[in-house]
Amino acid sequence: MSMPKTLPKSLLFTALLMTMQPAMAQQPHFGVPASQADIDKSFWSIFPDGEFLPDGEGTADKGKELFEVNCNMCHNLPGEDDPTKNQIGKLFGIKDKSGKTNLQQTIGSYWPYPTTVFDYIRRAMPLVAPMSLSNSEYYSLTAYLLYENGVIDENQVINKDTLPKVKMPNRDGFINAYPDIPEKYKTRFK
Amino acid sequence: MDKKGKSIAIDAVDHVAKGGLLNRRLFLNSAIATTAALATVRAAYGQEAVGEGQDDWTLIPGSSAELYGSRSRFEEELVKRRLTPMTDEFYNLRLTKYTARTPLDHMLGTITPNGLHFERTHQGIPDIDPDQHFLVIHGMVKNPLKFDINALENYPTVARQFFLECSGNSGTLWSETPTTESLQAIHGLLSGAEWTGVLLSTLLDECGVSKDAKWIIAEGADNGMMTRSIPIDKALDDTMIAIRQNGERIRPSQGYPMRLFNPGFEGNTSVKWLRSIYVTDRPVMSIQETVKYTDMMPDNMSLQFTLEQDVKSIITRPSNAMSLKQKGIYEVSGLAWSGKGRISRVEVSADGGKTWGDAMLQDPILPKMLTRFRIPWQWDGGPAILQSRAYDEFGRIQPTRNQLITARGRKPTYHFHAIQSWGIASNGEIKNVYA
Repeated sequence: MSMPKTLPKSLLFTALLMTMQPAMAQQPHFGVPASQADIDKSFWSIFPDGEFLPDGEGTADKGKELFEVNCNMCHNLPGEDDPTKNQIGKLFGIKDKSGKTNLQQTIGSYWPYPTTVFDYIRRAMPLVAPMSLSNSEYYSLTAYLLYENGVIDENQVINKDTLPKVKMPNRDGFINAYPDIPEKYKTRFK
Repeated sequence: MDKKGKSIAIDAVDHVAKGGLLNRRLFLNSAIATTAALATVRAAYGQEAVGEGQDDWTLIPGSSAELYGSRSRFEEELVKRRLTPMTDEFYNLRLTKYTARTPLDHMLGTITPNGLHFERTHQGIPDIDPDQHFLVIHGMVKNPLKFDINALENYPTVARQFFLECSGNSGTLWSETPTTESLQAIHGLLSGAEWTGVLLSTLLDECGVSKDAKWIIAEGADNGMMTRSIPIDKALDDTMIAIRQNGERIRPSQGYPMRLFNPGFEGNTSVKWLRSIYVTDRPVMSIQETVKYTDMMPDNMSLQFTLEQDVKSIITRPSNAMSLKQKGIYEVSGLAWSGKGRISRVEVSADGGKTWGDAMLQDPILPKMLTRFRIPWQWDGGPAILQSRAYDEFGRIQPTRNQLITARGRKPTYHFHAIQSWGIASNGEIKNVYA
């Protein structure tokens, strides 16, 4: 070190501290810029207002064909009543949400947002091969599920403009419990 | 033959070094080989050997230090259980069994061993190559950045103990008749561990998060890409990107190589195999926060984003995993926790809630972590009902089941946190009861 030997040790220490402090206060940065391709690979969320819905479109009749091939192995068709498939949860035919158990919670009776249908089936279905269909095919399946639940008409075209506008029957059936549960549902003590 | 055995030659066994060291595998191959070898060893020692009467494990050199530790072969039956009400036919369709529960009756401390930490997956455990995996943080940030596991290892880390509980834990206690399922089945979606990671606030700061941000959307890289919305105040508080669990890299079933960890929140929000955090001003309303993990109230409105786990306790000993053999003094012991902070008090009742006594809380009492409580109890051999009631430092008290049902009805399947009762019969049998 090229410090003059006459410099008192305490001063030397202070000088050292002063040069070190800015570096110590600074958090280390190890993130590297994310490319659009990185984001596209990792991010699949669709928002209720339709943000990030892709191009493409579909209808219920095409969706029915796709359902029979890709979904019916686990999910009953309307009118079918296979008890094993019912354990997975009924997708159709329930208007009343008020019964206990999630078997009552069909798209028509419980789901608050139509975009969640597209978001979920695209990322997670068919179970044996998620993301194996095209966006238009997922739109068609969404249209079929909404139609069979009595939410849209048979001929309604579903795409990024029409889907967010579909009003779900249970749209207003939810209350936010964060950060605190509403007073009326709080337990009373002692 | 030397009396002290210094120059013994044993033809029947395999020497691996001088001084009488024998190949340890000899004794592991089969019981017959072991017995035969031992007879040889004993014969070699002679009738006057001082070791006569000692157990085999005292007389025979043990095995080498292990490169990755394993438990005793006598403990291999202690495992998690994949307990669900679904039929085998269901799983033929569903492909993967997606729940494994911690054997709480065997957990006497507060830390769950990694191999016994409960698991809940939605489409199976992915086999992720850490060199191919990264987390991208994007949306309402100045600089979208990505981080791989090596980058995360370079940051200042925090190591903190937290409980993790699935909000479906104890869900069968909403049902009208008391379940006969085991303690492990009722409450086993609960574990405690030390989680090491980087605070998410550190990474969000590096990305330059917008002041208008209100939520983050976390997505996993698993099959089905688990997705949850987390409020930004939580994300900037104690949420971490966890990379180690009880000291070692988190296991594939827990989100290898990196997971979100939201201390005190319902387990599902701590997204495993994390690969995207989108910073935004609203929740995404994924299936897991609308259709699932919501609870319908008596007026048919559903509570959504019940994120913070309420104050809760359970008695793990005694429980229906055992029965009492004789009257006398027993230790009543269990776990208490609160998603908001520290446990301040636990009371125990042996008469179904008529009278209560303060249990001893075992140090350390950490926020958002399991606290072990204990109290001695003299069983007089008659019918008894054991209950525990927890309080947290914010004045919240664990409700009775009746109080919880009065407030929220019986339609919910998640977020059951009321007092649970073990009924002791005169013959020592223990059952889950409603009291």
